[in-house]
Amino acid sequence: MNGRRIGAIVLKELRQLRRDRVTLAMIVGIPVILLVLFGYAINLNLRGLKAGIADQADTAGSRALVMDMLATDIVSASAQVRTPGQLMTLMQAGRISVGIVIPRDFERRRFDGRPVAQILVDGSDTTVQMAAAQLAQVPVDSAAPDMRAPAASTPPQGRISVVSFYNPERRSAVNIVPGLVGVILTMTMVLFTAIAIVRERERGNMELLIATPLSSAELMIGKVLPYVLIGLAQTSVILLLARWLFAVPINGSLLAIYLAAGLLILANLTLGLMISTVARSQFQAMQMTFFVFLPSILLSGFMFPFAGMPAAAQWIAELLPLTHFLRLIRGVMLRGASLAELWPDVLALPLFTAVMMVAAILRFRKRLD
Amino acid sequence: MNGAAAGDCAIHARGLTRRFGSLVAVDHVDLDVPARRVYGFLGPNGSGKSTTIRMLCGLLTPSEGEIEVLGLRIPAEAEALRRRIGYMTQKFSLFDDLTVRENLEFIAAVQGVPRAQTARRVAEAIEQYRFGEARNQLAGTMSGGQKQRLALACAVLHAPELLFLDEPTSAVDPESRRDFWEKLFELADAGTTLLVSTHLMDEAERCHRLAILAEGVLMADGTPVELTGRLVGRTFAVEVGDPRRAQHALAGLSGVLGVAQVGMNLRVLTVDDPDAGLRQRMADTLAKTFPDARVASTPPNLEDVFVAATHDTRRQPEHAA
Repeated sequence: MNGRRIGAIVLKELRQLRRDRVTLAMIVGIPVILLVLFGYAINLNLRGLKAGIADQADTAGSRALVMDMLATDIVSASAQVRTPGQLMTLMQAGRISVGIVIPRDFERRRFDGRPVAQILVDGSDTTVQMAAAQLAQVPVDSAAPDMRAPAASTPPQGRISVVSFYNPERRSAVNIVPGLVGVILTMTMVLFTAIAIVRERERGNMELLIATPLSSAELMIGKVLPYVLIGLAQTSVILLLARWLFAVPINGSLLAIYLAAGLLILANLTLGLMISTVARSQFQAMQMTFFVFLPSILLSGFMFPFAGMPAAAQWIAELLPLTHFLRLIRGVMLRGASLAELWPDVLALPLFTAVMMVAAILRFRKRLD
Repeated sequence: MNGAAAGDCAIHARGLTRRFGSLVAVDHVDLDVPARRVYGFLGPNGSGKSTTIRMLCGLLTPSEGEIEVLGLRIPAEAEALRRRIGYMTQKFSLFDDLTVRENLEFIAAVQGVPRAQTARRVAEAIEQYRFGEARNQLAGTMSGGQKQRLALACAVLHAPELLFLDEPTSAVDPESRRDFWEKLFELADAGTTLLVSTHLMDEAERCHRLAILAEGVLMADGTPVELTGRLVGRTFAVEVGDPRRAQHALAGLSGVLGVAQVGMNLRVLTVDDPDAGLRQRMADTLAKTFPDARVASTPPNLEDVFVAATHDTRRQPEHAA
């Protein structure tokens, strides 16, 4: 192992990267675009949802409640109808995303402490669900506080019920951004190294390289190192944007977050290298990357809760770096856990890296046959 | 130089064979390449030149046969050999998106040119291969001739004892080619052994010694003079008014190996013709239709050697002493 030769590969990669505008754009562009796109789904401060109102009570109190809801700016009245059925028709047609139903016996219910209103939500859009949940917090008796309600800090749950249609499962918004760090790193890192070796083979550089004293391990390490830096830079971009655009909390230590990201980056880069030694063309390398990327997204727990998956899917998921990273990053960023507490997943990633690296080095032959 | 350990022989191969599936790309080739000389591999495309070179520098494993290069057994000791050879691939294999200087620096580091000498060697290469102005130009934007000079500069940057060049001048204009060969002879004078493959006769003529390959078989080897010397008395120039039709008439004669039109003349290669009987038959055949035709002896060239060698691949290959 010769440090100078590894250094030469690193320098070459960085110089080539500097001139590769498309890849450079991808390094910054993919995190920004994905984060902004996914970010809308977690934007809690949504304003101006179109609402249909069916105020069947039509009393001073019910009108006041509707005005209070409208005053939150979360919804704006776009239709006045008579029955919940009409609201459903409008919602199905996509004309409104929220329906407010106040039953005829509103005053009676208010007196009894029963739910006084119902908010119908188009749950096919998670943003709307979040917004509706806020709407339900509007106090029912601003003038005369309800004595039956529990202590002041508790929201008056139960007074306004939220019924979500089409997607009853609600996800915690902040869960997405930490996961997104992992998804973005999986997508970009695997791809970068997956094409790294194949590209040199396609361009004819490989015949030159293998005729030199450069060893397989030197070449592989030299190919991985520059992208570790790039991966950490991407992580910073995502964290800053998450903080700045979506006020995602960072509860754990920043060092732990970067360590976890570093472990995922290495695992993904070596996975990419492995792909690169198998693929025969850059196109094949990209197909294989996609082949790994899809299960990562679907099985890792980023989209669907890990616990709910069948055992076979869980086994596959345990083989994916993203699964372990998600547990780490959610633990650290959201629950403020330390890496030591999450040691099984901390160990899983370097193990994956070592296996992939050795496999890639063994697979790569300094031969043309 | 321990490279000359095995006599004065840089490359020694016996029974070298490479099969790709059912195709025999190289078929039991024996080679002895003398040190500090330019040795040529002459053969058409697909004759096994590249495959042979790749086996000799340890990039391809032979299906059969033994190789010794610079005293090292190949492919077992290929890794040790890599420090001592330079290899210029047929296709430009340097980095298009690095500049001339960056490519040289990269190769210097990878080839283990001592750190203290790197700057000087790179500067020398830029000077010697005339890249002064273009040192910061991206390799991908250069002309064929420039790319070839850069490839050579990179291949010799670590001062290898043995240099493999696989059709180095295929994408280059004639003037750059002459220039390039000057460089090759300078290297040979400085003690480097060069093995150059080509399908160009005029390049083959420049080599100190050459081997002719056809369909993976070594047809002949020797110095250009030895090789052409064997054909003395078998080559004729025919002056005739209608060379196209005369060509057909002659090609049908038994004993005529090849008839090629050169300008308004025909060049004829025959089997050995000690009693000049074949020459007489040619003259008689031509006289019937072309009264003005004249047949004269002409000195053989490498193209004749090539045609004679490849004419009948079933014939046993011949060897110069």
